[in-house]
Amino acid sequence: MKMQGAKMVVEALKREGVEVIFGFPGGTIMPFFDFLHREEIRMVLNRHEQGAVHAADGYARATGRVGVCVATSGPGATNLVTGIATANMDSVPIVLITGQVPVAMIGNDAFQEADIIGISRPITKHSYLVRNVGDIPRIMKEAFHIARTGRPGPVLIDLPKDVSVAVGDFTYPERVSIRGYNPVVHDNSQQIKMTMELVRSSKRPLIYAGGGVIISEASGELTALARKMGIPVTLTLMGLGAFPGTDPLFLGMLGMHGTIAANQAVCECDLMIAIGARFDDRVTGRLSEFAPKAKVVHIDIDPASISKNVVVDIPIIGDAREILQEMLNFAEPLPIDSWREELMELKRKNPLTYHQDSAVIKPQYVVEKIYEVTGGEAIITTEVGQNQMWAAHYFRYDRPRTFLSSGGLGTMGYGFPAAIGAQVAFPDRIVFDIAGDGSIQMKIQELATAVINDLPVNIAILNNGYLGMVRQWQELFFEKAYAFSCLLQRPSCPRHCNNPNDECPPYVPDFVKLAEAYGAMGIRVEHPEDVEGAVREAIGSPKTVILEFLVAREENVYPIVPAGAAINEIMIG
Amino acid sequence: MDYTLSVLVENHPGVLAKISGLLSGRGFNIRSIAAGETEDSTVTRIVMVMEGDDRIIDQVKKQLTRLVDVIRITDLTDTPSVDRELALVKVSIAISRRVEVFQIVDVFRGKVVDIAHNSLVVEVTGATDKVEALIEMLKPFGIKEIVRTGKISIARGETVTEKGGENRA
Ligand SMILES: Cc1ncc(C[n+]2csc(CCOP(=O)(O)OP(=O)(O)O)c2C)c(N)n1
Ligand SMILES: [Mg+2]
Repeated sequence: MKMQGAKMVVEALKREGVEVIFGFPGGTIMPFFDFLHREEIRMVLNRHEQGAVHAADGYARATGRVGVCVATSGPGATNLVTGIATANMDSVPIVLITGQVPVAMIGNDAFQEADIIGISRPITKHSYLVRNVGDIPRIMKEAFHIARTGRPGPVLIDLPKDVSVAVGDFTYPERVSIRGYNPVVHDNSQQIKMTMELVRSSKRPLIYAGGGVIISEASGELTALARKMGIPVTLTLMGLGAFPGTDPLFLGMLGMHGTIAANQAVCECDLMIAIGARFDDRVTGRLSEFAPKAKVVHIDIDPASISKNVVVDIPIIGDAREILQEMLNFAEPLPIDSWREELMELKRKNPLTYHQDSAVIKPQYVVEKIYEVTGGEAIITTEVGQNQMWAAHYFRYDRPRTFLSSGGLGTMGYGFPAAIGAQVAFPDRIVFDIAGDGSIQMKIQELATAVINDLPVNIAILNNGYLGMVRQWQELFFEKAYAFSCLLQRPSCPRHCNNPNDECPPYVPDFVKLAEAYGAMGIRVEHPEDVEGAVREAIGSPKTVILEFLVAREENVYPIVPAGAAINEIMIG
Repeated sequence: MDYTLSVLVENHPGVLAKISGLLSGRGFNIRSIAAGETEDSTVTRIVMVMEGDDRIIDQVKKQLTRLVDVIRITDLTDTPSVDRELALVKVSIAISRRVEVFQIVDVFRGKVVDIAHNSLVVEVTGATDKVEALIEMLKPFGIKEIVRTGKISIARGETVTEKGGENRA
């Protein structure tokens, strides 16, 4: 069938079963939107391209499907960069389509030209500059395939305007064949046998699982395996939900803000089974003291992740789900009661704690109330900072794809647009963005997107008036010099203030009025006894809601392992 | 230590930038890189010499393998291979001492390919250490400019280079 390039792109999206696109228009991408307009596919018009990628990312993480994001050339494309890098770090499948100036003008500094292929090269899994209209069907097919298979990631297609209006023949390929891209099909039976032998002889085994388990839909297998053998489990931030947070075998998160039980287990274990996790520095702390007594088995789809930071004894390259299924065949209960009890005791004695008195709301209390009121049945997204860690600590995630957070890049501004994407995917579920007052301002314009699309997203701002995580590090590691981390500070304030008090200038903006200006609901909560009621009200409302909790300004996240310290050098406050 | 990798890639615009960008972005050290078409015009072969140790080179190979445009990587470091590079060296020289240069170049089976009043250009082909030895010998005369291609390599005997390679994504 003959058609224009832009129409081919739309046709391909239909063939790929795309139900929603997040985007923002502009000159070079107009032909695409013109064709899209005539179709039934849903389009969410975000208010900033970064919001559009994060929304596509939130949609992808919540559903496991490929998110789609479309923007124009030049500034539209460069506005995507933070979102692409966020998705790339956390292995999120997204197809991005950007307009580009006509082929003949590329390289001439044409109006709204940016070399987005060059700019995004280190932060995409793959990218295409489309030079011939006839290549569009193949490129679209390949892009979706590459985005979702292997270790998933963002794939960018740069579509010059002349190519999108040129006419060519459209036949959508049935299958892809890319000679340089064959996500692993390894025979792992030997490694699995060796692993199971190690497991049987181990007295202190530990499972350390990450986001890869969620990506490969292996939570069921992981849970079955751990329970059957009775092996304790710790999860990374990205892994939360991969194993039930309420299971007695769950030790909590490990790493910089890990629990004492989890970090101690890492130090003491004689066998570590790492699954879909990449030994990130926020997890390992000082490398020489990470799992020093353990043999390490590493299951990962990405060979480049294996032995990158920690040298591994048994590498198993492949899909976590298939490998865990095979391991399950050999699984038997292990006689490791004393190890398990030792860890259970550690967990009992060192729970995550805070103290809620009657005067000021503690941020942890807010998260706990959201957990209680929703019965854990919510999709939680987070911003970055203390809010993110409290969301990880005080909400227990029993199911995968319910905790969406920027782990690798740590992008402030991720949570709200991601919540929009998740709510678009699941209109009937409760979605909360647990936010910091600093982060939420990075993508606040998406309030318009949420309100206009009738998305009942709830934003719980833990307003401490600080870039709290920065302030915490200043308190602990910079002699309490609060350099440029107070969001109330004005030129009239003392330059070296580290003493928040009642005389401080008012907070800007007024989040309640801001919510109302956008047609959302705004609720300010100042007293601990009002927290629960406010959460209920937000959930009961069909509107987009900003819940602003005025929380203790100098509350810290504990435990904390200082950067570069060993994982068991824990400060508990 | 130096490692020699022979990398087959799709002959697309931008592939070389992808590879060199990946290597520099991850802090790997490239000593030389030489690219050219192969017997199959859709495929380019890149021969690169990398500095590092076994662990670093293992990461280099794994990271390169992740690139969709990389078809195959062969490590020629320990494979018997024929290695060549070409250098052009411009030497400033008084007419009176030309003969000395000619003699040295002769020993290295090089050629003098251009002569001007006060300078001449030497061409030499060979393994890297030979090229470097000649350059050393020419230094006392005063070298004005050096242009080198970087090393290219091919496996010896019946072995076809890419057959020894790894292919994973
Ligand atoms: C885009 C971006 N800029 C800067 C940072 C560095 N940073 C990490 S946490 C943080 C403070 C976040 O403040 P807030 O959103 O109020 O969260 P809190 O820690 O107070 O809960 C900052 C500035 C970041 N992660 N992302
Ligand atoms: Mg804050």
